[in-house]
Amino acid sequence: MNKTLKILGWGTVALLGAVAVGTVAVRRGEPINALWLVVAAACCYAVGYRFYSRFIAVKILALDGLRATPAERLENGRDFLVTNKWVVFGHHFAAIAGPGPLVGPVLAAQFGYLPGTMWILAGAVFAGCVQDFVILLFSVRRDGKSLTEMAKSEIGRVGGFVAYLAVIAILIILLGVAALIVVNALKASPWGTFTIAMTMPIALLMGVYLRRIRPGKVLEVSALGFVLVLAAIWGGQYVSQNAALARVFTFSAPTLAILIMVYGFAASALPVWLLLAPRDYLSTFVKLGTIALLAVGIVALHPTLHMLALTRFVDGTGPVFAGKIFPFAFITIACGAISGFHALISSGTTPKLIARETETRMVGYGAMMAESAVAVMAIIAACVVQPGIYFAINSPAGIVGQAPAVAAATISSWGFPVTAADMQALAHAVGEQTLYNRTGGAPAFAVGMAHIFSHSLGGDTLMALWYHFAIMFEALFILTILDAGTRVARFMVQDALGHVYKPLGRTSWYPSILATSALIVAAWGYFLWQGVRDPLGGINSLWPLFGISNQLLATVALCVATTIIIKIHRARYAAVTLVPLAWLVAVTFTASWHKLFDPNPRVGFLAQAQVLAAGPVTKDTAQLIFNNRLDAGVTGILVVMVTLILIESGRQWLGILRGTREARVKESPFVRTRLVEERG
Amino acid sequence: MKQIVSIWRTFMAALREIFDEAAYARFLTRAGTASSSEAYAAFRREFDEAKVRRPKCC
Repeated sequence: MNKTLKILGWGTVALLGAVAVGTVAVRRGEPINALWLVVAAACCYAVGYRFYSRFIAVKILALDGLRATPAERLENGRDFLVTNKWVVFGHHFAAIAGPGPLVGPVLAAQFGYLPGTMWILAGAVFAGCVQDFVILLFSVRRDGKSLTEMAKSEIGRVGGFVAYLAVIAILIILLGVAALIVVNALKASPWGTFTIAMTMPIALLMGVYLRRIRPGKVLEVSALGFVLVLAAIWGGQYVSQNAALARVFTFSAPTLAILIMVYGFAASALPVWLLLAPRDYLSTFVKLGTIALLAVGIVALHPTLHMLALTRFVDGTGPVFAGKIFPFAFITIACGAISGFHALISSGTTPKLIARETETRMVGYGAMMAESAVAVMAIIAACVVQPGIYFAINSPAGIVGQAPAVAAATISSWGFPVTAADMQALAHAVGEQTLYNRTGGAPAFAVGMAHIFSHSLGGDTLMALWYHFAIMFEALFILTILDAGTRVARFMVQDALGHVYKPLGRTSWYPSILATSALIVAAWGYFLWQGVRDPLGGINSLWPLFGISNQLLATVALCVATTIIIKIHRARYAAVTLVPLAWLVAVTFTASWHKLFDPNPRVGFLAQAQVLAAGPVTKDTAQLIFNNRLDAGVTGILVVMVTLILIESGRQWLGILRGTREARVKESPFVRTRLVEERG
Repeated sequence: MKQIVSIWRTFMAALREIFDEAAYARFLTRAGTASSSEAYAAFRREFDEAKVRRPKCC
């Protein structure tokens, strides 16, 4: 009876999911309710978790609840610590969910809501969740080793070296593009800039409160900081309305770029407790709260999506970024579907907290599903606004024109009606001077979020506050990624340089701190500057570059996973990681080919350099030509590196399958857990 | 009711872990001291070195 009920229950979930996915997929020409996307996502995740992750756990990984984890064997009260699985889940989710699942889906919405939604659901269930799960488990079985260490020990030195370089490359490109998103959201926006500027003294105040007044009461001070940030958002409107104050907080994109680089350098070189730690807590507090609020808002208000299921831009002529739906939709959305960066977290802090192997399924597979749900919410937020408005916000001036009337006419001519008056009214409603050419995804997401919330809480009168709340939320945690990422990259470079000259590896030696911080900031700052000066808005070049590098890192992670699966004699199930790997290789290599050699100058770096070189070469165009060739060089190097790791992995696999190589895994020896007896 | 309390406790435990309050409590237990400005400063010195090396995703 119980079994019959279960079959009936899961059959209903599967059927409901099929109906919802079918409705999302086949509906054309009329607006669709966001609830269909929510139901489709919920059912896909439920079925994927219950059946697919269980299959992987039982048939391939053979999770063993009796095997002691490093958290138990090496417990030291600091890094290694037996922790409740839900606590680890929350910790892991907070680490993997950043701006990626919000920005990527918003940009990919130029193809319509359908491609992004389908890729997020299928990508997460069959690729992203699988990657996070298996890498987490393999790291747990290796005393919490990092991805680069596992690549080195399981594939070889080439694997380790490539993984290391890929991590550095992805960090630098990520930081450059993340900074560009903030610049595009805050340029000529005194309200937004004031709010973000206020987070600095608020964070300092929080730091002093934590140190002197209530030591260690982080939740309390974060809530207090959040209230102060809300007050700053409220106060921002008066700044924007006061001519003198508005002038003080109005910056052009290049000025903001310089300020952000200075901030990045200071954040990397200053003591952590003073600014970084409190800002990190504040950012996490706002992030978790806003994501929860957005989820409740979408389910409760179930808005209508106005974007088409598929737009004409699947042919590659899109204004947000150029390139056909394949492969560009799949590199634009990384976080939310599959992100190589997650493999770093699954092989970082998380494996050192897992109490039992069996919990890796919920933490690894489950947390990625939660992030994927955030990406679905971002698609919904982008698609609730009228398509004409979406394209007006996300299209660079180089494509639609500088003048409002010209831009509106261009976008309307594509079949997405919008008028200059509509855009002016919207800008006025959200307290901005203009919303044209705000590329990068963050402002479009903020408009969508404000649109959803203002329809229930406060109406149009609160639209401006909701918009700036969303901008603050995105900018705050992008800046947190920026300062944390600069430090992580700085430590990685110091570790490497320490092999050349020992003092450079000392993380407390100030000359080394300053030199390596400057090096990292200069590296991502260059990409930022390139984006700011790019007449096509920067996102067109940099986001695909980021997507390619992130997915190439996932390729490395899946190579490591497949190698270990073959080594543990589960080759017949290797398709579980091999199929996502093959898909990612097809996607990233095709995208790289297009970015390198596509004759369309909006797509191919070299073609654009050639077009610019054919015209009159000024100082600016010479710089643009160099930038395009640099981007082409970076893409080429990444592809060569991953090709090397693929060849090295392939040699391992064939050798093991033919019996010419020993299938020796580098796992820690089995030790029986004592937690079972302790728990009775 | 018991279940609600249990869920609430787990939720708060997760928050305390995410916001490093639990790490501070463990530090105090390990060091055998009560919470104070000095203890928190010592905790941050020890903790930040490890924390800033952890990547955060995009």
